[in-house]
Amino acid sequence: MREVELLVIGSGPAGLCAAISAATSGAKVLVLERSFKPGGQLIKQTHMFFGSESQYASHRGVDIADILLEKVDEFGDRIELMLNATAVGFYEDNVVTVLKDEKEYFKIKARSVVCATGAYEKSLAFPNNDLPGIYGAGAVQTLMNVYGVRPGNRVLMVGAGNIGVIVSYQLMQAGIEVVAVLDAAPRIGAYLVHASKLARMGVPILTSHTVKEAIGADCLEAAVVCEVDERFRPIPGTEKRYDVDVMCISVGLSPLNELLAMRGAVMKYVPQLSGSVPLRTNSLETSIPGVFVAGDASGIEEASSAMAEGYLAGLCAAASLGHVPPDLNDRKLEYMSQLDGLRSGPVGERIRAGMRNSKL
Amino acid sequence: MRITQHPILTFERGKEVNFTFNGAPMKGYEGETIAAALHAAGVKVLGKSSELHRPRGFYCAIGNCASCQMIVDGEPNVRTCITLIKEGMKVETQEGKGVIK
Ligand SMILES: Cc1cc2nc3c(=O)[nH]c(=O)nc-3n(C[C@H](O)[C@H](O)[C@H](O)COP(=O)(O)OP(=O)(O)OC[C@H]3O[C@@H](n4cnc5c(N)ncnc54)[C@H](O)[C@@H]3O)c2cc1C
Ligand code: FES
Repeated sequence: MREVELLVIGSGPAGLCAAISAATSGAKVLVLERSFKPGGQLIKQTHMFFGSESQYASHRGVDIADILLEKVDEFGDRIELMLNATAVGFYEDNVVTVLKDEKEYFKIKARSVVCATGAYEKSLAFPNNDLPGIYGAGAVQTLMNVYGVRPGNRVLMVGAGNIGVIVSYQLMQAGIEVVAVLDAAPRIGAYLVHASKLARMGVPILTSHTVKEAIGADCLEAAVVCEVDERFRPIPGTEKRYDVDVMCISVGLSPLNELLAMRGAVMKYVPQLSGSVPLRTNSLETSIPGVFVAGDASGIEEASSAMAEGYLAGLCAAASLGHVPPDLNDRKLEYMSQLDGLRSGPVGERIRAGMRNSKL
Repeated sequence: MRITQHPILTFERGKEVNFTFNGAPMKGYEGETIAAALHAAGVKVLGKSSELHRPRGFYCAIGNCASCQMIVDGEPNVRTCITLIKEGMKVETQEGKGVIK
């Protein structure tokens, strides 16, 4: 069985920053990534990011991935990036089982682990929601921005949060028609700049609407939508039919962290963080000593906070292994204050409540 | 159904590769996944569900949900959304859970 010092699971912004941070302190790191391409969600994001300078605001997500990967390269002797490698099990003594290239199966034993596995897109219940042509909005973004393949010709977007609205805009950029964006909530969830761009292009955003059913034999052919009342109950007689071959579901993300639950970390359902999350200390250590969490896996936020959490978790994981830099406390405080900044103001209130609810 | 013109992105496609889908010859490009190559060729149904035999396409495209599993070179349950297409690959739709030979 292969033994490693620090194992990072996931190579999104959180995982890459954790690896860079730990390697800076002198730790040897192995990063597992199930995809053949590192970078997590960043690789499909062609829009400029919000946030502050330390998290590369005003850069496109794809470019941030490149910047982080260059830094990983600089630590070539300390960071190994293993692609096409899915962590499928996490056992006592920090033994992680890995499926490589969908074929090979082996074990890795780590002294410390940072779990940075990101999130998954939620689904929505309605008749025929399993028809091909109905995809997660992130999936459509991957297909179109990473592979340059059109998902279809006419798209209905379900969900007017940031992701739904940004992906709608990117679909239009690629020359694909978006017939409407709908949301069950009475208000648009996305930032106004994104939503108004879409409105200017003539795409209707229908609030207080939901999907009643999807229609199609082998693939999606049409969708029936209807209005909902203030208690989200469909209002009869308000049905509208759209002939579409693609429906994107963008009703939120949930933290992906079954591995931590399997390892026995104490988990808790925290609605403000969008799902079940591990309880953790200020240093992002879970209830299992030496096992850390960072990024969307610890609660749904943004790439900016995923990076700051990654740096913090990597620093603390390396320190727990004896790699203690002289400025440990200053760096710790710096990342914590970056996180406080990102979670400040009225927009951050939900996340701040989530943080209070998930303290160990 | 490939995007050729884009205001921000340029798509550098790799070498053309030949593969088969249920025996029929298909073309894709090096560096793209099986699911992307099939979708570009207009193939959306990748398999059938195990109980009700309903058509299945991909859903998450990041290896998370198992909706895109197909039989690749005789091996069932391959997540085609994170597996790259290769020259000469035999790709087949999968019915149900798949049989390991
Ligand atoms: C459309 C869209 C727009 C966004 N816009 C912004 C924005 O403007 N500003 C901003 O700050 N944020 C934005 N975000 C959010 C941001 O992308 C995410 O919050 C961020 O990517 C989370 O980083 P992460 O590293 O935690 O997870 P991810 O980026 O999801 O990375 C997780 C990685 O772990 C891998 N993985 C998972 N499980 C395993 C396993 N078992 N074994 C091996 N590998 C595994 C995955 O393949 C993935 O590569 C946006 C997101 C989307 C979808
Ligand atoms: S589409 Fe979800 S695993 Fe491939």
